[in-house]
Amino acid sequence: MTKIIETKDVRLFYGKKEALHGISLDFNKNELTALIGPSGCGKSTFLRCLNRMNDLVPGVSIQGDFKLHDKDIYSSKMKSDDLRKQVGMVFQQPNPFPFSVYDNVAYGLKLKGIKDKKEIDQIVEDSLKKAAVWDEVKDNLHKNALSFSGGQQQRICIARVLAVKPDVILLDEPTSALDPISSNQVENTLLKLKKEFTIIMVTHNMHQAARISDKTAFMLDGDLIEYNKTKKMFLSPDQQMTSDYLNGKFG
Amino acid sequence: MNARRNNKIATGVIIGLVSIVVLILLSLIGYILITGLPDVSFKFLFTESKAFAAGGGIVNQLFNSLYLLVLSLLISIPISMGAGIYLAEYAKPNWLTSTIRTSIEVLSSLPSIVIGLFGYLVLVIKFQLDFSILAGSIALMFLNLPILTRSIEDSINSVSPLQRQAGLSLGLSRWETIKGVIIPEALPGILTGIILSAGRIFGEAAALIYTAGQSAPTMSYTNFNPFSETSFLNPMRPAETLAVHIWKVNTDGITPDADIISSASSAVLIIVILIFNFGARYIGNRVYKKLTGDK
Repeated sequence: MTKIIETKDVRLFYGKKEALHGISLDFNKNELTALIGPSGCGKSTFLRCLNRMNDLVPGVSIQGDFKLHDKDIYSSKMKSDDLRKQVGMVFQQPNPFPFSVYDNVAYGLKLKGIKDKKEIDQIVEDSLKKAAVWDEVKDNLHKNALSFSGGQQQRICIARVLAVKPDVILLDEPTSALDPISSNQVENTLLKLKKEFTIIMVTHNMHQAARISDKTAFMLDGDLIEYNKTKKMFLSPDQQMTSDYLNGKFG
Repeated sequence: MNARRNNKIATGVIIGLVSIVVLILLSLIGYILITGLPDVSFKFLFTESKAFAAGGGIVNQLFNSLYLLVLSLLISIPISMGAGIYLAEYAKPNWLTSTIRTSIEVLSSLPSIVIGLFGYLVLVIKFQLDFSILAGSIALMFLNLPILTRSIEDSINSVSPLQRQAGLSLGLSRWETIKGVIIPEALPGILTGIILSAGRIFGEAAALIYTAGQSAPTMSYTNFNPFSETSFLNPMRPAETLAVHIWKVNTDGITPDADIISSASSAVLIIVILIFNFGARYIGNRVYKKLTGDK
């Protein structure tokens, strides 16, 4: 297994308050890793360090090593927009641009400088297919993305990220705003996508983590409690605290 | 059943107050239209005004109003776009930003006659623009900038922060996100703001009396050379607008039909402003639908 992202001793401060207390996590290529833990444990905060979305939050300072393909994510040579083209992100609330489905997916491409209409058409179709939403939108590519259901919007957002061809996709509770059927469709999409991409997903849904992830990291109050293969984690966790959380003793 | 009774009373009072507002507005507009409209004719709109005889029209004043409006929007839109984007997207909450905000608020509460006199002293006298369309449109810009900046800032702020995150997370730079995602989404609001402010400055008189002047010299609508003295496009000529014309025929008009001219002009003014207002809504919706591909 090749490691694609390595982090070491990550500490994050909101002002003077330390929110992450030295977290070290490595992520393997073409695996789906789930970050679980109760609300406020820092899992989303950690996720947002990986594509430097925390840079936008005033008063945040970050320490520790972050490497993507052995290159320092936080070095001055790494431009945040280049980084984010390699590390895409899908959010909790579906947030398509208020444009047509086609323009949503094609947006990143135009900015990458791809002008050839045929090439863009092809990538849009491929991305929507990979995000498993093509069949539902193919007849309405020029309809406003916001007129689709939440689940469809979320998969359009995934397609939008895929079109830029990132190496890693971060998902921040991608199904928590969706109904069970839509959630299921998004989960199936992710299972297919991990053959091509590395996926890191924050979820508050333990069953979801158990169903689709290869590895699971359990976080609590800004600490990493346990990081293991998902099967091992759910059947016989090393830590008592993990077991208690997974069995619903707190949460 | 006190709560229910109070609720009924409150609802009644609110409806009563709203009816008063609506009634005043409707009777005002109705009065102006009823007294003015019968005298608005094709001839009235398309003949020149006369200083001493009856039967003058308002063609030059109407054109001057529109021309001034266009020029002043041309100057104020880029500036207020820049200011609005800065305040909404870049400004950090510090003393500089609050100074800018305070200045904008002060500027927006300046009486327009003060702006007019300021324009007279600075533009007309000091910069020797004389009574001219240019001086008038700069004065109107002073009047327009604060409102326009505010409405642009508000429109941009009303775009969900999720959209910013979406843009940035796709690897767009900040400016690309603003240009490609935020502005298009805010555009209907921005357009509405622009058109509404256009309606306001279209009816402005006080700021123009001492800047654009009170005379409408004869000009040629076939002379397209903006540097020519008689061209209708010449920005350096004095230009009495419709609103100023209404003020003038009422204060020192010596035409025998001053009453008719002023009421008919008022009707025209009101109609144009109503067109601006309804147009704002229509165009805002259309642009939003077009931009968002929702056909």
